[in-house]
Amino acid sequence: MIKLLVDGQEVEVEEGSTLMQACEKNGAEIPRFCFHDRLSIAGNCRMCLVELEGSPKPVASCAMPASEGMKIITKSSSVKKAREGVMEFLLINHPLDCPICDQGGECDLQDQALYYGRGMSRFEEDKRAVDNKPFGPLIKTTMTRCIHCTRCVRFMDEVAGVHELGAVGRGEDMEIFSSSPSGLGGELNGNIIDLCPVGALTSAPYAFKARPWELDKVNSIDVLDGLGSAIQIGSKDGEVLRVLPRLNEDINEEWISDKTRFAIDGLKNQRLDVPYIRNSSGNLQKCSWEQAFQLMANRVSKINSSEIAGLAGNQMCLESMVSLLDLMKSLNVDNLDCRPRNSNMPISHNNKASWLFNPTIRGIEESDLILMIGTEPRYEAAMLDARIRKVWLKNKIFIARIGGGAKSTYPINEIGNDPSIIDSIYRGDHSFNKKLIKSSKPLFIIGQNIFTRSDSIGILGRIREIAKKHNAFNDKWNGVGILQNTANIVAGLEIGFVPKLKTSLNTNKILNNFENGKIKFLWSLGRDDLDINNKNADSFLVYQGHHGDKGAELADVILPGSAYTEKNATYINTEGRVQNAYAAVSPPGSAKEDWKIIRAFSSYIDKTLPYNNLEELRNRISEINNGLTTENFLIKAENNDIGDPKTSLLKEEITNEKLNFFMSCNISRASETMAKCIITQQGK
Amino acid sequence: MSLRMPAPKEVQPKSFKFNKANLDKINFIISKYPSDRQASALLPLLDLAQRQNNNWLPLEAMNEVAKILSIPMIKVLEVATFYSMFNLAPVGKYLVQICGTTPCWLRGSDKITEACKKKLGINYGETTQDNQFTLMEVECLGACSNAPMVQINDTYYEDLTEKSMTGILNDLAKGKKPRKGPQSGRKGSEPQIIKEA
Amino acid sequence: MIAKQDIIFNDIHGHLGSSLKFSEKRGDWDNTKNLISKGSDWIIEQVKASELRGRGGAGFPTGLKWSFMPKNKTKPHYIVVNADESEPGTCKDREIMRNEPHKLIEGILLAGVAMKANHGFIYIRGEFVDEAKILNKAINEAYDKGYIGKNACKSGFDFELTLHRGAGAYICGEETALLESLEGKKGQPRLKPPFPANAGLYGCPTTVSNVETVAVVPTILRRGAEWFSGIGNKNNTGTKLFCLSGHINKPCVVEEEMGIPLKELLEKYGGGVKGGWANLMAVIPGGSSTPLIPSKVCNNVLMDFDSLKNEGTGLGTAGVIVMDKSTDIIKAIWRLSKFYKHESCGQCTPCREGTGWVMRSMEKLIYGHAENHDIDILKNVCDQIEGHTICALGDAAAWPVQGLIKHFRYVLEDRIKDYKNNVLKVAE
Repeated sequence: MIKLLVDGQEVEVEEGSTLMQACEKNGAEIPRFCFHDRLSIAGNCRMCLVELEGSPKPVASCAMPASEGMKIITKSSSVKKAREGVMEFLLINHPLDCPICDQGGECDLQDQALYYGRGMSRFEEDKRAVDNKPFGPLIKTTMTRCIHCTRCVRFMDEVAGVHELGAVGRGEDMEIFSSSPSGLGGELNGNIIDLCPVGALTSAPYAFKARPWELDKVNSIDVLDGLGSAIQIGSKDGEVLRVLPRLNEDINEEWISDKTRFAIDGLKNQRLDVPYIRNSSGNLQKCSWEQAFQLMANRVSKINSSEIAGLAGNQMCLESMVSLLDLMKSLNVDNLDCRPRNSNMPISHNNKASWLFNPTIRGIEESDLILMIGTEPRYEAAMLDARIRKVWLKNKIFIARIGGGAKSTYPINEIGNDPSIIDSIYRGDHSFNKKLIKSSKPLFIIGQNIFTRSDSIGILGRIREIAKKHNAFNDKWNGVGILQNTANIVAGLEIGFVPKLKTSLNTNKILNNFENGKIKFLWSLGRDDLDINNKNADSFLVYQGHHGDKGAELADVILPGSAYTEKNATYINTEGRVQNAYAAVSPPGSAKEDWKIIRAFSSYIDKTLPYNNLEELRNRISEINNGLTTENFLIKAENNDIGDPKTSLLKEEITNEKLNFFMSCNISRASETMAKCIITQQGK
Repeated sequence: MSLRMPAPKEVQPKSFKFNKANLDKINFIISKYPSDRQASALLPLLDLAQRQNNNWLPLEAMNEVAKILSIPMIKVLEVATFYSMFNLAPVGKYLVQICGTTPCWLRGSDKITEACKKKLGINYGETTQDNQFTLMEVECLGACSNAPMVQINDTYYEDLTEKSMTGILNDLAKGKKPRKGPQSGRKGSEPQIIKEA
Repeated sequence: MIAKQDIIFNDIHGHLGSSLKFSEKRGDWDNTKNLISKGSDWIIEQVKASELRGRGGAGFPTGLKWSFMPKNKTKPHYIVVNADESEPGTCKDREIMRNEPHKLIEGILLAGVAMKANHGFIYIRGEFVDEAKILNKAINEAYDKGYIGKNACKSGFDFELTLHRGAGAYICGEETALLESLEGKKGQPRLKPPFPANAGLYGCPTTVSNVETVAVVPTILRRGAEWFSGIGNKNNTGTKLFCLSGHINKPCVVEEEMGIPLKELLEKYGGGVKGGWANLMAVIPGGSSTPLIPSKVCNNVLMDFDSLKNEGTGLGTAGVIVMDKSTDIIKAIWRLSKFYKHESCGQCTPCREGTGWVMRSMEKLIYGHAENHDIDILKNVCDQIEGHTICALGDAAAWPVQGLIKHFRYVLEDRIKDYKNNVLKVAE
């Protein structure tokens, strides 16, 4: 620890702290524009100048390391003058167009001008004008407002790892510039909007939609990938207008992906806002809830339980899955599954380690070696990929992959696609073993592509043995992570929305039997990944969900549900972290919260589920696992006994089925903004 | 300085490749820096590209250099737009750069400028119709004891008067090689009575 | 006045020839092995004892600076020579490089030995094409003769030397901007700390020294620290190259004793002020960054670091810019403001925004198109730049204008009055 004096008071800070940190510890507020605690220090705005005894000039507190016995003054007239001076310089070429600037109300320049500026202008020359720049469909630029803090450049270089932004020219003609005329690449661009301390970079889709003080703000989580990033949803007049990141060190730090932020216009398109039934001429027509339920009840009453099945979708909340599970149980239905088609992911609770991201997202930062198998984290889990980049940037760790895939923002050593490589590493004679042997915290990331292979158990088993041999399993480290690419499959597996009995049908068999008429009643809870080819005339499909996507096309009955922004609901991310989403707006039209729909149908067929409100439902959920109703509870695997190394591997190469980052779910597929992003990326 | 941006698309060549001789030079240049520090060769390589391309630096050349040195294009753009010796648009065969900073100004650089403008019929930032001369004002070129002076391409002409300046331009226009350095006839910057321009 | 035998740069005007053959005749590379064999500590001690102060402008004691390099070498050390001579009024390093390149090269080798650096760089401004060619030839000669390279001068010490050309940016004369540029980036100064001696070129311990500073070291080591420290005044020792420019009869570069009276310097070598000493208006004594001094100060001031500091200015690079009474002094200083605005790297706020403001205010003052209180605003804007920037370019931009206001405010006010009178006349 270091002791120093700030404004006459003794402050103790850790070795390596900056003067700014020391001042803040003493409660002194230090204004700043360029400094950001997750970016490298630029020291260029000069707003954070403080007096340091013995130094002839004021020093930039963001950049100056604290050392023993320093005497800092933050409240002198010279500090005040320095701030006024910098403020004036920043404003002389700033357009002061606050009334038409979207940053208004949450603008650092505005706020700090109020507190630290002189409140009048002495500048009589013409102001500089700067051309706007093509940053793509997400970011609106008004570069005349730029104060050259370079936060955007540093974010793109450091966090995003997309080297396309820079400051060209010099002196007062320096401009932030993109080397990519078609728009910025990468998946994290939107964060530079938040980082920009002025209105130079604002959200293009949100342009002129609302002032920040007009928004109703709800803290919630994102469900467009498997991570559950923390977000704040801003809405006005019942419409979700913007999504911003919230701090969550465990998951997204303070960033979010562009899909999380910008796919929200998809919440307004192709919505299912009334129930539909398929009429005699084969067309879907609007109907009442009563009519829909009547038709369904009629069907259910005519068949036996083995002819019924339920599939739960990956963006559906825990509450609706439990309700459907309970309803199906009351009908003695065992044909249940929540896994994608062709997935043979183990479902036993003894095998939780084979469906959880055991090392945790934050834990990635501790790893000193990474082997990815059958995964493209960049597209499957952009924020998790940013963590991998973070640890790579910090420690330049070795990252290898089996199964190939897209490049990312850190070097990936593609060591081949042949499953025999895994055998070779298992035996210890692969060149990768040389790295492995030196590693004290290796991380193995296994993607969903592995579970569509019939040898997934063999792969898992070998990885388990490799991990065991190389420090990946101990009290402090579980280095094998299964990366889920959808929001709530962990919840489905945890509550047992799976084919439990030997006779139960899994997703594939349910769908085959649905096509050949053996399954006569299929309740699809938000499943849009089904690709049903030949629907049998006797088969009846109920689609419950919020978007008229693939899953609704073939339905006989459509029950309009709620999106994640419209309900209080629980989701469990790939790590097994239990988190709650909160309703920011109401569901459209006569759509309802999903669990209520199932509860209503249960009473319609006299199988009334024993809960009348959300609290009672959650009490029921806590019977399954008390943690499931505890915010931030982390489901943990009790053992690492995944797979079986004795089963043999296929000859067939491991491949990556490329996930379309911008359109990975029914919400993002309905988003025009995401469509524009795809066009931008195609142009690159 | 005015904003330095790459020349418009219409002017940019479709491609740029280093010629054989320069490719050999590139290897030699890179070898002069420590083994994992090839980015240090950025300025010399851009200079080489500019010399190969009639004294201006097109985007494709920057791209080529970026590839050779494994540097992101934006970093090359930053550098190319930062340093004043990189010409981002075509210039005449002779780039006449008149030093106008105080030591030269005190000794009549304005008169030198006028002489050039009159002789060439162009203003600062312009190129003669025949693409022979481009006229620019530059900042201090570090030959203050030999002021006023101009740099034409690589060469300094010092101790100038209107007459000697016009003479140099005449010579160049005729394809002659004017005497470089002090036009007063003195050696370097030795003390000698020098007439002001 | 300097004694003939004390002159270090015997061929500063290039009469004899810069090649190795002629340089050796002048005493360069004379038993350099012996100097190397005395070791790092000895060299640094000698330089300290000579009281040599850096010739690049700041005047920091060279021996002390060199001693900042880590004693235990865990990473490569580098010696980088700042040959980015761009300060208006300064043209001395150019003369060394094109006329006495071997003094510099030998000096770099010895500096390398002193700082345990096995690789040296010369960062020469890009516009010095001829000088770079000469220097390159000299470097090759030194390599061929075995003076540098593996086992330099058969001393057992390996030394590589790389000549690196800049590409037009005054700011690269700032040592950390120079290092950035040498790494292939924009020349934007770094935040300090860390200082180059800890983390410089490629993050390794580095010392950046000016051409003249390094080039005088071999002579100091040969002739002894006492010899050097015996020239000039206490703390302002040795000989120095002075660059005389502006309104004098014989503009030139000369070597003289540190502390020579300005008047003597100008009259003896510069052939006197145009129109005589009485016609002198002001002198910028140490390159454009140093505040000007009016003629009455020029009468007696000595040309060394401390004397000029006492007059509120500085020796800087010893680039003496002379202005006689015909000078439009507002325009002369405006031209410097234009220079700094042009050369601001754009990184930090006060310099990026302030240098343009200052230049434009000065432009108005040339015509007197202002009010008297605009002078106060201009002064205040300069004060807001000074001391608030990452590097010293902000200070350098502020000082000339501050100096103008300090000594010639009456000229500014008269100009404003004249303008107003002219307006009234035209209105009538």
